[in-house]
Amino acid sequence: MRSDARCWARPQHACSALPSWLSFSNRTMKSRLLRYSAIGAALLGVFAVAMMWRPPIAAEASPRVARDPDTMARGARVVAQGDCIVCHTAQGGSSYAGGLALKTPFGAIYSTNITPDPRTGIGQWTAAAFRRALRNGVSRDGHWLYPAFPYVHYTRMSDTDIADAYAYLMSRPAVYAPAKKNGLPLVFRFRPSLAFWDLLYLRSGANARDMDPVARGRYLAEGAGHCSSCHTPLDLIGGERRSHAYDGSVLDGWRAPALNTLLSASVPWTRSELIAYFSTGLGPHHGAAAGPMQPVVENMAKLPTVDLAAIADYLLSIQKQPVRSSQAASAPDQRRTTEGDARGERIFAGACGSCHESTAPMTNMSDRPSLGLSTAVNADDPRDTVQVILGGIPWPQEPSQALYMPPFEDVLSDPDIADLAQYLRTRFADKENWTDLANTIAAVHESRRAP
Amino acid sequence: MINLTVNGKSHAITADPDTPLLYVLRNELALNGAKFGCGMGQCGACTVIVGGKAVFSCLVPLAAVGDRPVTTIEGLGSKERPNPLQAAFIEHQAVQCGYCIAGMIMRAQALLNVDPHPNEATLRSHMEPNLCRCGTHMRILRAIRAVAQASP
Repeated sequence: MRSDARCWARPQHACSALPSWLSFSNRTMKSRLLRYSAIGAALLGVFAVAMMWRPPIAAEASPRVARDPDTMARGARVVAQGDCIVCHTAQGGSSYAGGLALKTPFGAIYSTNITPDPRTGIGQWTAAAFRRALRNGVSRDGHWLYPAFPYVHYTRMSDTDIADAYAYLMSRPAVYAPAKKNGLPLVFRFRPSLAFWDLLYLRSGANARDMDPVARGRYLAEGAGHCSSCHTPLDLIGGERRSHAYDGSVLDGWRAPALNTLLSASVPWTRSELIAYFSTGLGPHHGAAAGPMQPVVENMAKLPTVDLAAIADYLLSIQKQPVRSSQAASAPDQRRTTEGDARGERIFAGACGSCHESTAPMTNMSDRPSLGLSTAVNADDPRDTVQVILGGIPWPQEPSQALYMPPFEDVLSDPDIADLAQYLRTRFADKENWTDLANTIAAVHESRRAP
Repeated sequence: MINLTVNGKSHAITADPDTPLLYVLRNELALNGAKFGCGMGQCGACTVIVGGKAVFSCLVPLAAVGDRPVTTIEGLGSKERPNPLQAAFIEHQAVQCGYCIAGMIMRAQALLNVDPHPNEATLRSHMEPNLCRCGTHMRILRAIRAVAQASP
């Protein structure tokens, strides 16, 4: 290997180590080789263009859309299963009109308008164009869609579900809302290169056959529900690491917890608690949905219980053997009482106690768990606890779910928050101290800034 | 002993450091403008300005105030000489029972201090945390808009 490397650095005629068939001393050989490489390059070019080019699907001024009540009801259900409204609605904006910034590691990507507006939405899309977008990640006019749009999951949806979703979205009020400019660096703006990304990560095709409850749950979770878009870690180019499916991930400054260790929590999740969590946003033994999950459960609450039960059944079918960590037993030794604990205790008493102290009425009403059961406080990563302290839990859009916590961003200094978080960890969780809280707090501040 | 600067005056406070600021203001300093509503940061009746930000004083431990100055409604104007926002609330009859009003004015003042001409969306989202159970929100918004329009 090393001698070859030296050879390449020398003039070719002096390189005795080269095999004769690679020798360039023969003129005809040389020109033939050139010709072959030219043909090869041309073929490669044709292949690349063919790979990266997708034809537009003709726009139609008024495409045929089913409008009967049954289709509408089915479509509403599929659109809720797919959480479309969550990403395709900006804060305070019109439903489905897009404009929400998705803060990806590559830069901000703005969701687009999927109302039936003819100029800026999907009003001129046919059912076929809509189906191609969901199955193959290609827009009606042939441009490639970024995988922030989870077509790697929507591709699993059945033709019927996609058609119903199309009909429902086309029945929504049309809103004029042009797409916002993405905040991506130049290198990611050449969309045809996504053809190669798709080659790696897109396995298109429906998965809607056998439908026992677990299979139905799998269909919903892997397809429309696209749970693993957030709950599976991503690799360097934003593809899901399937070997770590549902191991949990970090996005938008929040930790999306693992979904395959639900039985390892101090109180293991059950089917009925999962269903309760999906429909109310509150797990009585684990805590409230917050951050990016808050709008997701608001949306899931619209689904019939049979769908939620199917998703719960599927999730319970992918659990790892519960780890009753020996850590729990030895944890008290690993926990250090720090100087900050006294300060943390004072902050807790004055800022948190009126709701979270064991004597507070809030902890004795309607299934609200003690902080000791909180998934966030028990997590190895303090990120979600810090997020909730800083931003609270905003009032929900759906008034039926009265979960709320005020934000403390303007109240507590960063050192106060660090002391408070460590105090929560020491007092409520049976786990070792968190480290590096100052950096986590700085990172969470950063994630809360507008892109 | 903790030093607290309220409405420009420094006070030595003997209360426990975990006492919420609201109790210190009302019980130790007899500043009764800020009200106890829910004690859970859900209603905004206790809103005061700490370090330039509108906060629920029922959830601010004394120990967390640090050296940030505190402004309460008593620091804005007096009955005889109300500040522009207080005058606008009176003019637009934004008060019904009045329990929420000190908090409303303090939250609005915190916004106008940094953004004298807020747009409607900013104004509404900024005022969202404060509730008026009499339902005078429309008049409250009108009073704040009037001050914004009149300011240079």
